[in-house]
Amino acid sequence: MYVAVKGGEAAILASLEQVDAARRGDRALAAISVAQIREQMRLAVARVMAEGSLYDPDLAALAIKQAAGDLIEAIFLLRAYRTTLPRFGTCSALDTSDMLLQRRISATFKDIPGGQVLGSTYDYTQRLLDFTLLAEAAAVPALEAVAVEPEASPRVADFLAAEELLARESDDDGSPPPDLTREPLSFPASRAMRLQNLARGDEGFLLGLGYSTQRGYGNSHPFAGEIRHGWLSVEYLPEELGFAIDIGEIEITECELFNQFKGSATVPPQFTRGYGLAFGHAERKAMAMALVDRALQAEELGEPVAAPAQDIEFVLYHSDNVEASGFVQHLKLPHYVDFQSELELVRRLRREYQGRQECSGEPE
Amino acid sequence: MPVPDTDRKRQRWLSVLARADAASFDERLPLERLPAEYVWLRQPESGLVMVCGRAGGTGSAFNLGEMSVTRCALRLTDGTVGMACLRGRDSLHAQRAALIDALMQQAGQDDSLEQAWTTWITPLEARQLQQRIARAAAAAKTRVEFFTVVRGEDAS
Repeated sequence: MYVAVKGGEAAILASLEQVDAARRGDRALAAISVAQIREQMRLAVARVMAEGSLYDPDLAALAIKQAAGDLIEAIFLLRAYRTTLPRFGTCSALDTSDMLLQRRISATFKDIPGGQVLGSTYDYTQRLLDFTLLAEAAAVPALEAVAVEPEASPRVADFLAAEELLARESDDDGSPPPDLTREPLSFPASRAMRLQNLARGDEGFLLGLGYSTQRGYGNSHPFAGEIRHGWLSVEYLPEELGFAIDIGEIEITECELFNQFKGSATVPPQFTRGYGLAFGHAERKAMAMALVDRALQAEELGEPVAAPAQDIEFVLYHSDNVEASGFVQHLKLPHYVDFQSELELVRRLRREYQGRQECSGEPE
Repeated sequence: MPVPDTDRKRQRWLSVLARADAASFDERLPLERLPAEYVWLRQPESGLVMVCGRAGGTGSAFNLGEMSVTRCALRLTDGTVGMACLRGRDSLHAQRAALIDALMQQAGQDDSLEQAWTTWITPLEARQLQQRIARAAAAAKTRVEFFTVVRGEDAS
């Protein structure tokens, strides 16, 4: 049983001042602005939006500033903020084939309609520290414009699914998907509930789990069918209008993985799929999500459920870093009374143990 | 449900207004010509819209996460109702968008829609098109052709 403590008010207030001072750092340097974080730390902003489950680059940047760069703390701040706002409604489901692509690659086909576009990626950098950035002298190349014809870029999965070489996704029955912000996790968890959980899930946790499936804990042989990143319009039907309107663009990353599947009694051999979708430019997150999404389909596909990444309850109950961080860090709270009772118990057990030792040590 | 033609036009200007940034309002539009007299039907209010994806891009819908949205509605003195619903938390943006929405509807009624479009929508749309082209062009520069390398033992 946890027994509360009181007192320490002055010290706590002083500690809050220390938070502000420590965040500010050396006052001889200019303070960093929220706009600078938004524009120059966009990948951190993307992670905070995805796991904070709120698309708002300004607020995500503010949260990063306030949390002094602690992204899990920033995610917590964003989650807390969203609870203060009313929900107006739900947008029409995104059609990612409409994306204005900034990056799009496929590891399964060289030639795909619309082409492969590398965009901005660290994949081909040499991971050497760039000391020109330290000198703040790095010249930023101005991108010169080239004439482009907008080209349709249908999703790779769609043309494989049309040939039935890839599993088709089940049709949408039109019912509203379960919403983890309104109802607790329940089992058996539907695919929609799993995907929402993974979309909000901790990137590090999902990355580790996804990695484990590649190393043999879950028998997964994925191909990166397609990874795309870009801009997508969000359509919403306001209650006062009879038609949906475009309420603005969001930046989004999608990953589709294809996995081997030998088929079953009712399904011919075909590739199965794992799906990842995340706010912002968040490729590693989308890939990890897709790996775990596929692993969690083990039971439905008649595969043995033996590895941690295939265990739906284990994965879904431990993916949320706000919950995990809260429960781990609550250990820092004073547990004085708790510990006293445990201490008393251990002392009593030791007395009994010593009593038995003395008894058995006596000559018969 | 098909959207009637007049609604389709409104759909388009509402989209352009929603995507506009503060700078393009300030620099490109004659904001002094916005009506000064109106009553709020709904004061600008920030809230959330849940964004849905689909499993595998085409399957059943799932909740991805929310986005911040601001909406408002107002009525001009002649009774025209303008509204706005757009991404972000900028209430000034929503207010201006709703006023322009009302002006556009007024113009639609007295056959001056084309002129109103040129005044209020074209400058914003042009800037948005420019940005779209710039983004597409930047991506196009990194378009890549991969070649499969033929291995020695395969070459005959």
